[in-house]
Amino acid sequence: MATFLLRRLALVLPTLFFVSVLVFGLQQLLPGDAALALAGEERDPAVVAFLRQKYHLDDPLPTRYLLWVKGVLAGDLGESIRIKRPVRDLVLEKLPVTAELAALAIVIALSIGLPMGILAAVKNDSAVDYAATMVALWGRSIPNFWLGILLILLFSVEWGLLPASGFVSPAESLSRNLATLIMPAFVLGNAIAAVMMRHTRSALLEVLSSDYVRTARAKGLSETRVVLHHALRNALVPVITLGALEFGELLSGAVLTEQVFTIPGFGKLIVDAVFNRDYAVVQGVVLCTALAFILLNLLADVAYALVNPRLRG
Amino acid sequence: MFSRRTLIAVSLVGSMLIAGSAAAQTLRIGLAEDPDVLDPTLSRTFVSGIVRTALCDKLFDIGLELEIVPQLATKWEWTADKQGLVISLRSNVKFHDGEPFDAAAVKYSIERHLTMPGSTRKRDISAISGVEIIDDHTAKLQLSAAFAPLLAQLAGPAGTIISPKAARAAGENFGSHPVCAGPFKFVERVAQDRIVVERFADYWDNDKIKIDRIVYLPIPDSTVRLANLQSGGLDLTQVAATDLDTVRKDPGLKLAAVNGIGYSGISINVANGERSTLPLGRDARVRQALELSIDREALNQVVFNGENQPGNQWVSPTNPYYLKEFPIPARDVATAKALLAAASAPNPVITMTATNNPVVLQTAQVIQAMAKESGFDIRIQAAEFASALQLAAKGDFEAFLLGWTGRIDPDGNIYNLVTCNSPFNDGHYCNPEVDRELDAARMVDARAERLVHYRIVAEHILKDLPIVYLYHGKWLYAASARLSGFVPYPDGLIRPQGLQMK
Repeated sequence: MATFLLRRLALVLPTLFFVSVLVFGLQQLLPGDAALALAGEERDPAVVAFLRQKYHLDDPLPTRYLLWVKGVLAGDLGESIRIKRPVRDLVLEKLPVTAELAALAIVIALSIGLPMGILAAVKNDSAVDYAATMVALWGRSIPNFWLGILLILLFSVEWGLLPASGFVSPAESLSRNLATLIMPAFVLGNAIAAVMMRHTRSALLEVLSSDYVRTARAKGLSETRVVLHHALRNALVPVITLGALEFGELLSGAVLTEQVFTIPGFGKLIVDAVFNRDYAVVQGVVLCTALAFILLNLLADVAYALVNPRLRG
Repeated sequence: MFSRRTLIAVSLVGSMLIAGSAAAQTLRIGLAEDPDVLDPTLSRTFVSGIVRTALCDKLFDIGLELEIVPQLATKWEWTADKQGLVISLRSNVKFHDGEPFDAAAVKYSIERHLTMPGSTRKRDISAISGVEIIDDHTAKLQLSAAFAPLLAQLAGPAGTIISPKAARAAGENFGSHPVCAGPFKFVERVAQDRIVVERFADYWDNDKIKIDRIVYLPIPDSTVRLANLQSGGLDLTQVAATDLDTVRKDPGLKLAAVNGIGYSGISINVANGERSTLPLGRDARVRQALELSIDREALNQVVFNGENQPGNQWVSPTNPYYLKEFPIPARDVATAKALLAAASAPNPVITMTATNNPVVLQTAQVIQAMAKESGFDIRIQAAEFASALQLAAKGDFEAFLLGWTGRIDPDGNIYNLVTCNSPFNDGHYCNPEVDRELDAARMVDARAERLVHYRIVAEHILKDLPIVYLYHGKWLYAASARLSGFVPYPDGLIRPQGLQMK
C-alpha cells in the first residue's frame, strides 16, 4: 500500500508542472493584451507602458514563467492586476464558497441519484425503471444556465421564497447561507444525480445477479435486507469513486452556475479573470483546482485500492 | 397534492428567509460588473465611479443640464489670462479619518493624480502645471495653457480629493480602503460579491443623506439583476432596454431614464496600416454612402425599442453643443449608390468588427441589412472586449462598431478620438485644420465662442467621416417602488443624496 501511495504521490509534482506550463502557454495564445484590457476605454500609452513594465508583460515567456514559479514556491501566487489584491487571498476567500456549493451539490446528487438508481435496479424493466431513466436523462440534458434562470423566476420572482442570487457566508447566517445556495446546488446536483442514478443502477444490477446474493436470498432473507445490506455495499464502490471525481470537477468551478447565481466562487473568479486577462488570477486558480483535483483523484484511487487489493500492484 | 401542514411549513420557511433578507435597513444597488480598484487616481471602470460617488466628493459636480456646480469648492474664478483657476474651498469639511479638508489636501490630491505611476487621471488634467496654496481654504491651479474643459474634468474623477494622511499611509493600496470626504465611508469589499459603505456622521451635507448603509452587488447578467429587483434582493439597478416592458408592467418597480453623454458609432480605419487601404478607408465617398444607407431612427426602433437618441455628432441632439445646422441625414439609398459608383466601388466588401454582446451584434446586423440595399457587403466579425481593444489599437480593423462612454465637456467626446497621433484615435484620422480648431476651442471659455470652432470641426468630420455617429444611449434604471428621491444624471452615476426607503 505504501509503495502504491508513494508512486501516486510522485506523480503529483510533474502533473502540476505540466498543468502550469500548459496554462501559462495557452494564456499567451489568447488574443488581447492585459495592459490594454485593464486600461480600457482610456488607454493612455503612459498607463499601458507602466502596466506592462510593472507586471512584466513585455518580458520573454520563460522569464515570466520562472518569475511566477519562484513566487509560487515562496507561497506568493502573484497579484490581481484588476483589483490589486494578492491571488492567494482571493483563492482562500473563494475556495470555501465553492467547496460548500460543491458539497451541497453532491449531497443533493446522492439523495436523488442513489434512491432512484436502487429503485430502477430492483424494479428492473418496469415502469419505475423507465421513469427513473427518463428523469435521469432530463437531469443530464437540461442546460444548467436555463434551469438556473427558471428556478430564479419561479422561486424568487414568482413565489418570493428564495433570494435570486448572491451569497451569504454561513458565519453570518446559516439559514440565509442555505437559502442562497440551495438553488445553485440543486442545478449542479441534478445533473450529477443523473449519472449517479445510471451508475448505481448498472452496478446494482450486476451485483444482484451474483452468486452470493442468490445465496443470501436462498437463506430466506427479505428482499430489502438483501438489496440494502448485501448488494448495495458492493455496488456503491464505483458510485463513491464517481462522487469523488464529480466533487473534484465542481471544485474547479461551476462556471455557468456561479455566473447565473452570482456566487463568488472559483468559477466566477476564473471567468472574470479570463475576460480581463488577469493572468495571475487564472494561473493561481487553475493551479489550486488542479491540485484539488489530483488529490481527490488520489483519494478515490486509495479508496479503490483499499477495496480491491488487485489494484495495488 | 400538498397537505395543509406542508404548505404552512413552506410558507413559514419562505417568510423567514424573506424577513432575513429584508431586515437590514440598507439600500442595495446592483452593478453590471465588479468594479476595478477603488482608488480615484487609478480606477478605470464606470462601475467603480458609481461606488466612488458615495465615498468621495469632488471639487465640482454636474447638474442635470450638465452645468458645473460646486461640491467641495464654493466658488471659482479664472485669472485674466485664463491660465489660473482660483478655487475657494468649503470649510468645516472632514475626511472619513477625521482629518480636515483644506487647500493642502487639494494640492496633494491633484499632484497625486498628476504624478502617481499608472495614474489614469493625468491625461485629464495634464494642463495643470502647479497647485498653489493661497490660504487654508483657497487653492490656485496654474495651467501651462488655457484649458476650457478643466472645470468639467474637475467635476469628474480628476476632481476627487482624498485624505492625504490616509493616502500616504496606504500608498499603492489606498484603493483597498479609500478615505475621502463623501457621504459614505468604506466598510468592506468582498471581490465579486459586494462592496459595503456606511453613512459618514460628519459629512458636510448630512441633511441630504437618509440611508444608513449601501451595499453594491455586482451581478453581470441583466436578467438576474432584474430578477433580484423583482424579488426584493436589490433596490436600484441599471436595466437593459429589452427589460423595459417587464419593469413598466411591474407595479412594484419604477423606471428612471436620462439621456447619456456618450455615443455609439462606426469608427473607420482611414490610415492605420494595411486595412485602411481598402475602399472604405481610402475614399470618403464610400463612408458617406455607408452613412446614407443607415436609417438611424429605424435602427433605434428595431434594436432599442425607440429608447435611445439617434445622432450624427459626438454630442447628442439635446446637448447644448449640438450643431443644429448639421442635422441627422435621412436615409438615401439612391445617393449612396451614386457615391459608390463615383468611387468606383459599387459593391464594397467590408469587415465590421463588433464586441461580442447581443445588442451590439444586433445593431451590426441591422446595419448590415440596411447597407446591403446600397450595394455594401458587410461581414460581421465578433470579438470579445479585450481582443477588440487590441485589434483596434493595432489597426487590425476596417470598421469598428464602438461606443464611447462620454465626458461632460464636448472636448472629451472628440479631441482624443480624432486629433492626429492621439492614442484613442484608432483609425489614425489626421486633419491639421481639425486639430487647430479643437485646440482653439480649448482656449476659450464661452459656449458661443467654442461653438464657432466646433462648427468648423463638424464641417470636416461630417464630410470625412472617420466616425459615423449612430446613436446616444440612455441610462435606464429600475428601482423598487419603496425607493424615493432617485434622480438619474447624464453621467450615469448614482448620487446617494436624497435617496430614501419607505
